[in-house]
Amino acid sequence: MIITKKKDITEITENLKEADAKSVFLFGCDSCAEQCKTGGKTELAEMTETLTKAGFTVTGSALPSETCYNQLIKKEYRTNEDASLADATVVLACGAGVKNIADVAASTGNGTQVTIPALDSHFLSSVDRVGRFFEGCSLCGECVLDKTAGICPHTDCPKSMLNGPCGGVDHGKCEVIRENDCAWVRIYGRLKTQGRLDLMKKITPPKDHSRTTHPRKLLLR
Amino acid sequence: MNEKSKLHVALEAGTFAITAEICPPRGTDTAGFIEKARLLKDEVVAANVTDNQRAVMRLSSLAASTLLIKEGVEPVFQITCRDRNRLAIQSDMLGAWTLGIKNVLALTGDHVSYGDHRGAKAVFDLDAVQLVSAIEGLNQGVNMQARELRGGTNFYLGAVVSPAADPFEPEWIRFEKKKSAGARFFQTQAIYDMDSFKSFFDDAEKKGVKILGGILLLKSAKMARFLNANVPGVAVPEALIQELEDSTDELEKGIEIAARQVRILRGYCHGAHIMAISQEESVPKIIGLS
Repeated sequence: MIITKKKDITEITENLKEADAKSVFLFGCDSCAEQCKTGGKTELAEMTETLTKAGFTVTGSALPSETCYNQLIKKEYRTNEDASLADATVVLACGAGVKNIADVAASTGNGTQVTIPALDSHFLSSVDRVGRFFEGCSLCGECVLDKTAGICPHTDCPKSMLNGPCGGVDHGKCEVIRENDCAWVRIYGRLKTQGRLDLMKKITPPKDHSRTTHPRKLLLR
Repeated sequence: MNEKSKLHVALEAGTFAITAEICPPRGTDTAGFIEKARLLKDEVVAANVTDNQRAVMRLSSLAASTLLIKEGVEPVFQITCRDRNRLAIQSDMLGAWTLGIKNVLALTGDHVSYGDHRGAKAVFDLDAVQLVSAIEGLNQGVNMQARELRGGTNFYLGAVVSPAADPFEPEWIRFEKKKSAGARFFQTQAIYDMDSFKSFFDDAEKKGVKILGGILLLKSAKMARFLNANVPGVAVPEALIQELEDSTDELEKGIEIAARQVRILRGYCHGAHIMAISQEESVPKIIGLS
């Protein structure tokens, strides 16, 4: 699950004005953004109302099942003139969705349609329960959870310590995000319970950051 | 160049070694810094130069360390993992060696969220254990890619440990890792409970490393309470706070308490590291009274 948060509406309207956009088409995303309450049916309706009040003509909206899926966006542009003819789109999806729409728009018609993100993309989440999201993985490309009893020091420690807690651990709490238990104290506790404390005593070498050189890709065909 | 540092010689010889912390200025006016350096010159074996402490941007610890050398004060160059990746760290370490710096203290570093540039990228490409390993590599004449250097370093390599960390065992594990990665001496977090420090020291000494007990000058009872509430691994006992409150001059009392602690350390410890944040002029007095 990709977690998104809403941008300030004035940032969006300023962007539309800068692009001299009169007609606007909206995209939501019925997957992650819907669950984050940032890009579902409700948020599309709210955005339609807000932009209309601000003087823009909202020509319609679409809610693809996954806005990050390029083929779905292409289909929308092929079958919906409101989408392809608008001066601008406002996208209530994560950055991968925004990028998709911008790419399709660039190759549609004369390529002048402007794409405006309505959200900021934040993190890859584990879902505690509906509406409660916690960063689950920082996609480092070099998983160490086998050595850390399933608790990620790269993600759960603000300093990404790989060899134990920093000197800031305070009665078991993190000194940076004080309500959190220190990731390494949790790792220590679990490894101890599992009788695997020896794993923590070995020096873990630095991460290979070449694995996260952007942009990454996976080609299965 | 390959002569041992004074700190190294003193600790090896079993002489009680006193170091003090000195903080570079927030700007290029070094007059006050130099003045403090001169105050410390005949009092301490080496002065420990902080590296953007509390993530507040200041003159670099590398430049400030070389300023100390010019003043005839031996520096302990602090280097943290917060602001530099592994290239910059190794490069600065080589630079430090060529500039005559012989002692280095490797730390993880405070998180940027504590400092004055909260939007900065917190690098942490390495952690303190990996940093110690990297510097030990340079001491062995190789970089982190195991490539031989055209001239390596021979730093007296130190790290930090927090004897009152809670929980303690993870901190102890990390202490052992730093030791096995190459740390030769350890500077401790501020200590106040001298009895529990003694038992930490007895265990740590067996590992064959040198320990400098951290003495943080209490400037007031208010400061002591602040430390208790805000600084992890620091616990000022109520009796000391009471002592400060009952005194007519809290700073004088704080100096007296610090001197008393140094005196206790002289009894068994390898040395003391005095932190008199922005009160460096008190350091000679603490040492004199100890």
